[in-house]
Amino acid sequence: MISYLDFEKPVAELEARIAELRAASEGGDVDLSSELAKLERKSADLLTTTYAALTPWQKTQVARHPSRPHFRDYVAMAFEEFVPLGGDRYFGDDQAIMGGLARLNGRKVMLIGHEKGNDTESRLRHNFGMGKPEGYRKAIRLMEMAGRFGLPVVTLVDTSGAFPGVEAEERGQAEAIARSTEACLALRVPMVSAIVGEGGSGGAVALASAERVLMFEHAVYSVISPEGCASILWRTAEKAPQAAEAMKMTAQDLVQLGVIDRIVPEPTGGAHRDPQAAAVALGGAISEELDALSQKTPQELLRLREERFLTMGAEG
Amino acid sequence: MSWLTRVRNALPFSNKRETPDNLWVKCPRCHDMLFSKEYEANLYVCPRCEYHGRIGADARLGQLLDEGFELLPAPQVREDPLKFRDTKRYSDRLKAARAANPHNDAFTAAFGRIEGLPAVVGVQDFGFMAGSMGMAVGDAFCAAAAKALQERCAYVVVTAAGGARMQEGILSLMQMPKATVMTRRLKEAGLPYIVVLSDPTTGGVTASYAMLGDVHIAEPGALIGFAGQRVIQDTIRAQLPEGFQRAEYLHKHGMVDMVVNRHQLRATLANLIDYLAPAEAAA
Ligand SMILES: [Zn+2]
Repeated sequence: MISYLDFEKPVAELEARIAELRAASEGGDVDLSSELAKLERKSADLLTTTYAALTPWQKTQVARHPSRPHFRDYVAMAFEEFVPLGGDRYFGDDQAIMGGLARLNGRKVMLIGHEKGNDTESRLRHNFGMGKPEGYRKAIRLMEMAGRFGLPVVTLVDTSGAFPGVEAEERGQAEAIARSTEACLALRVPMVSAIVGEGGSGGAVALASAERVLMFEHAVYSVISPEGCASILWRTAEKAPQAAEAMKMTAQDLVQLGVIDRIVPEPTGGAHRDPQAAAVALGGAISEELDALSQKTPQELLRLREERFLTMGAEG
Repeated sequence: MSWLTRVRNALPFSNKRETPDNLWVKCPRCHDMLFSKEYEANLYVCPRCEYHGRIGADARLGQLLDEGFELLPAPQVREDPLKFRDTKRYSDRLKAARAANPHNDAFTAAFGRIEGLPAVVGVQDFGFMAGSMGMAVGDAFCAAAAKALQERCAYVVVTAAGGARMQEGILSLMQMPKATVMTRRLKEAGLPYIVVLSDPTTGGVTASYAMLGDVHIAEPGALIGFAGQRVIQDTIRAQLPEGFQRAEYLHKHGMVDMVVNRHQLRATLANLIDYLAPAEAAA
């Protein structure tokens, strides 16, 4: 059962009509196949045109879609193997940020990413993908390990932001994020990051300070949520659609600003309509980037990453 | 010239004007009325309750550096790259901020000496658009770090920020890794990087260069944190602990090395630099 977003209502109505007709044709003796085919074409066209013209705010809804695939789905569908590694060795094992050894198209990598969960129980367990200091410290540990053993680092970014809580602050949320960013920048192995859903602020950049950053077609990446931006600058969260527009947070805007390198196309109607196809596209794109980076020396990788951030947004 | 005179001379012009309106200021903590001149001369610290008020970039540089320091040129960055507009245009907000501030943006740096020891000092000014970090702040931070690398001296940064410059969108977020490239280079060059956290230091600034120092000094009572208190309260739906996210609280939780009164800041920095900075090469 698909859960429809507000702007998908016309599609939802068509698809409901199709389902009705299909049920009727199965039971009855009237041939509805040509009528069905016509409606299906119409519905597919409508979905395509709707998704080709999503506003930044609509993309935000798609990126947060409850059925959108998350880290564990991509692990299962795009990677041949995943050996989870846990814990920061200081405090605990944050389930909002997962990581471990993985094989991608035969290549051994260190895979790290946010997991939001997909039902009430798992959302609570994964804290809705909002990392705590121990999560970022686990990421640091795994990145350092990857560097020592010559494993490329792949990160899948999908978080509304790092967790805002009393204990997270006490244990040094800011320091953990800063050190995680630093760990990315210190790597002498290839690093490829993919923004697969929401790239929310510091909690995202801590895992995305890579030399190659990919982004799903309908993912969003921003310094603050549109609601947060709107409530500060417009003094009402209701202006979130305007804030989303103004902040330039879509993949299409960010590739122009030079903040990301490549857009990974999503299945028509978003990754949640065909998670398998989305996972294949993602795995393929990451593999291609790793292939290209594998020719570079450790020093070249480090410089490439540094230059990327030092020159970002500069005139030109 | 005594340090008092030096600080007074470094105060921005607007603070010097004596109109009946600003002859007296009310201490936000003890509510005592303070004679403005006295408050300024006391480095914006309330002489009665030790409340540490916010201080502009020039006054701060004047306090910390020996006479004759050299202001580093403000880097040229793209203005308003997103053509951002909320209830006002960002370009108009920038214009207004510049009209009210002696500097072009929220980060000003200088090269000089602290009690005779060479140092680059960068100061983030909360008075300029809440000290928010955009490309100008990131570039100035990096240029000042580059100067320290070139001079092979200590880099001291006084932080103050309400967070990211939202009007620069993702480009403000990108200042976090950008600044971190430079703190890493200082580390690799064996140069001390000392952070002075002043009130308030929050958001992306805290989650990048403010928490990557070799030594973290906080000013008494300074608000220091990642997430805003309102956001935390809305998330956890509980009362925040007493003194939460204040300098003393961070000290207790191991995030800063020391809480230092502004009057001792200069001497403290000089002593730390003496321990950590490479010996000056014979000229
Ligand atoms: Zn007072």
